Amino acid sequence: MADLAGYRRPDPGTQPNHLHPPYVSSVKRAPSRPLVFLPHTLSEITGPLFDSSVVDVKACDLTRQHHGEPLGERIIVSGRVLDENGRPVPQTLIEVWQANAAGRYLHKVDQHDAPLDPNFTGCGHTLTDANGHYRFVTIRPGEYPWKNHYNAWRPAHIHFSLFGPAFATRLVTQMYFPCDPLLPYDPIFNCTADEKARNRLISLFDWETTVPEHALGYRFDIILSGRHVTPWEK
Amino acid sequence: MSLEATTSQTVGPYFCIGLQRLFVDNLAGPNVSGERIEIEGRVLDADGQGVPDAMLELWQANAQGKYAHPDDTQEKTVEPGFRGYGRIPTAEDGSFRFTTIKPGRVPGPDGKLQAPHIVVSVFMRGLLRRLITRIYFPDDPANSEDFALSLAEPDRRGTLVACKLGKRDGLLEWNVVLQGPQETVFFDC
Repeated sequence: MADLAGYRRPDPGTQPNHLHPPYVSSVKRAPSRPLVFLPHTLSEITGPLFDSSVVDVKACDLTRQHHGEPLGERIIVSGRVLDENGRPVPQTLIEVWQANAAGRYLHKVDQHDAPLDPNFTGCGHTLTDANGHYRFVTIRPGEYPWKNHYNAWRPAHIHFSLFGPAFATRLVTQMYFPCDPLLPYDPIFNCTADEKARNRLISLFDWETTVPEHALGYRFDIILSGRHVTPWEK
Repeated sequence: MSLEATTSQTVGPYFCIGLQRLFVDNLAGPNVSGERIEIEGRVLDADGQGVPDAMLELWQANAQGKYAHPDDTQEKTVEPGFRGYGRIPTAEDGSFRFTTIKPGRVPGPDGKLQAPHIVVSVFMRGLLRRLITRIYFPDDPANSEDFALSLAEPDRRGTLVACKLGKRDGLLEWNVVLQGPQETVFFDC
């Protein structure tokens, strides 16, 4: 095979370091030795691909998974998945999970004294369309306390997991909401040195996707690593 | 047009809610060709304690050394029923186990073949972005000439190679050690 174009590496400061002491759990779990730089090979420029056979088309609406409607404010979260070269990433799997409107996850480890909602599981998935668009209907997740430091509260957020076209493009991130007063205090949100990169995790209120009499729209575009330009494309 | 990749965030403690649907600990169905292997191990933190809320994701070629992906243009066959993908959460004691087939050799840089390997992403609460490592196979003569293994310091390469466990053929042990003298080699990738 001809030499393969790899994927771009992040600019300094735009991705978190593994060790970020304000986030206490990182202290005993971050590696202490420097990472070993690995040029991309066929193993990294390929990766698992999922098609519609693994997708439940109803899973993009987190408000319709039970008999009744979940409590809380219904919202629409949508956006595009692009690569760093500005090209849409079509047919890529997005998985999401979140707390309910009261700030409680449906998980045995979450013992926050807030009610579970029998009509809300808090998970969804979808594939991006041919232009990289995706859309979820859900409820706005609640803030919740955690034990990282005294009086620690996580800002409202939705977890996102994406594969993209290659092992090298795998991304797990969190989407936040505009004007959340907890953001300046959150060590996870603030783990990234570059302020602009950090702020791109905050969704935007989106009048265009807001549905009258029904739900506010939030826009969250996601950028995956882009491929280096191959010699013949220059 | 040049954009910047979205910042990674931790998978957190509750990833099972969203990710368990695609948990796969048996990568190869009964009709998939290749040498059957079972790999077990633990994810261990700086204190040597098992990490109960970690998740591994695996990606590998089939026994012929072909990835089920359009960018693998080798003239080899993708096998039906073998995607090459796995996703395994750790148990309470930090242990994990999966079964698959030993992958074939795939091309590396400069036209040389790589030794058989599985690429691994490690996610957990406390990791703000994934860790990337590889699993190689014991006693494989190709290991000594493998490009990625050679990038690691010689005294740490062993952390990338699984060990035989007991007498049963194909049963291997491989651990993810996050810190300490036995710290696993993780790649910037």
